[in-house]
Amino acid sequence: MNRIIRIIFLDILKNKIILAYTIILGILSWSSFGLEDNSAKGLLTILNIILFTVPLVSILFATIYLYNSSEFIELLLSQPIKRKKIWLSLFLGLSLSMVLAFFIGAGIPLLVYAPDSVGIMMLVVGCLISLVFVALAFLSSILTRDKSKGIGIAIMSWLYFALLFDGIVLFLLFQFSDYPIEKAMVAVTALSPIDLARIQILLQLDASAMMGYTGAIFKDFFGTSLGLLISFLLLCFWVVVPFFISLIKFKNKDL
Amino acid sequence: MIEIKNLNKKFGKLEVLSDVDLTFKKGECIALIGPNGCGKTTLIKSILGMVIPTKGDVLFNQKSILKEYLYREQIGYMPQIGRYPDYMTIGQIIEMIKKIRNSNQTLDEDLLKAFDLEKIFDKQMRTLSGGTTQKVSATLAFLFNPQVLILDEPTAGLDPLASEILKDKIIKEKEKGKLILITSHLLSELDDMITQIIFMQDGKVHFHKTIADLLESTKEQKISKAIAKILKSQSNE
Repeated sequence: MNRIIRIIFLDILKNKIILAYTIILGILSWSSFGLEDNSAKGLLTILNIILFTVPLVSILFATIYLYNSSEFIELLLSQPIKRKKIWLSLFLGLSLSMVLAFFIGAGIPLLVYAPDSVGIMMLVVGCLISLVFVALAFLSSILTRDKSKGIGIAIMSWLYFALLFDGIVLFLLFQFSDYPIEKAMVAVTALSPIDLARIQILLQLDASAMMGYTGAIFKDFFGTSLGLLISFLLLCFWVVVPFFISLIKFKNKDL
Repeated sequence: MIEIKNLNKKFGKLEVLSDVDLTFKKGECIALIGPNGCGKTTLIKSILGMVIPTKGDVLFNQKSILKEYLYREQIGYMPQIGRYPDYMTIGQIIEMIKKIRNSNQTLDEDLLKAFDLEKIFDKQMRTLSGGTTQKVSATLAFLFNPQVLILDEPTAGLDPLASEILKDKIIKEKEKGKLILITSHLLSELDDMITQIIFMQDGKVHFHKTIADLLESTKEQKISKAIAKILKSQSNE
């Protein structure tokens, strides 16, 4: 297993895109922290990076990488290696490099400028979001053989989680504002990893006061250590479930 | 050594293999022939576990290969169209496969030398011609001294010199008692190599005969003529 992960990991590191991604993350984080003495604005910039850039880059890069390594996968399959091992090595190699890029680009400035619970929370959530979207990339690339279709699915799922889902939630909130749906809203956030990440971080930033009554309910739930634990578990679920489905599909795929 | 039992494969509605039953033993050199799209490559890929059968089973040394992978240590596979990561060099590919196999057996580097691949070790795969890619595939198939060799159109795309080298190597391995499975359209090339012949059509095995039988029953000297005669007599019926 390690041998294959190493080969994949080194192959990804050779790719200039990951290097560029790391540098861009670094420039954004260092400059936004450096602009003001107060680290709050820097944190908000990184929050936006976590919510938009990290998912987009993770899912797109991983999907394209998977399609481009179809030859490599085929070559490995004729060798005495388990299918599960090939797929798992690809996943570990890709996630390792995405997490490493996020850690070097955004994690180090976070630890330097905001070495408190908020900073560490953001670091962990950012790494988890990278993993979630790599896992979703595995799912979208196994769903179809067609490269352009697969990349399309990847972009659509990013759009859905990053933008559309929020719109739908907002629409529901307004439509059903006469009903006591605050508690149901907490459950609905579990359906989107980006929302889980957003709420966890916003609550740490103490901006929940601005979210009104719903914010108070969120605080009630996610503010407790049990709520925190559950939301972290849900994020982990978002890594495991898509990857597991893709693994089952890969095991039965004809190449 | 390899037993194929009642193998069926469907791609969607298209039936590619239907009820294939075959047995291959050690020391045999078998030619798998048939028109394009008759399921030769699918059959080979099922043996390798790259295609998962809809129904039926493949036994390797009396053990089912479904969900197994270690048996592939004993197979050397040369694909019809070798597809390799574009930006790796020949040297890196060979090095990588050696690492993945991690075998401590002595490597069979005959073809590596015969094809003079060492001189172009640092060439990237995407810059190689089709023939050179085939040479790399062939080298990889023979490298680990496998008990079974599966060669899908081995001489297609090779220049006469290289295909002669490959044929000599195949004959040499056959004499060592290995099982060799070849698909080919060039019947004339097979004459001095093979011991048995399987003719497939529309996903079914049409006949499976030894060469001696085939030549005797058709009273011909050459395999190509014998096959042509059989096909002609069938279309007349």
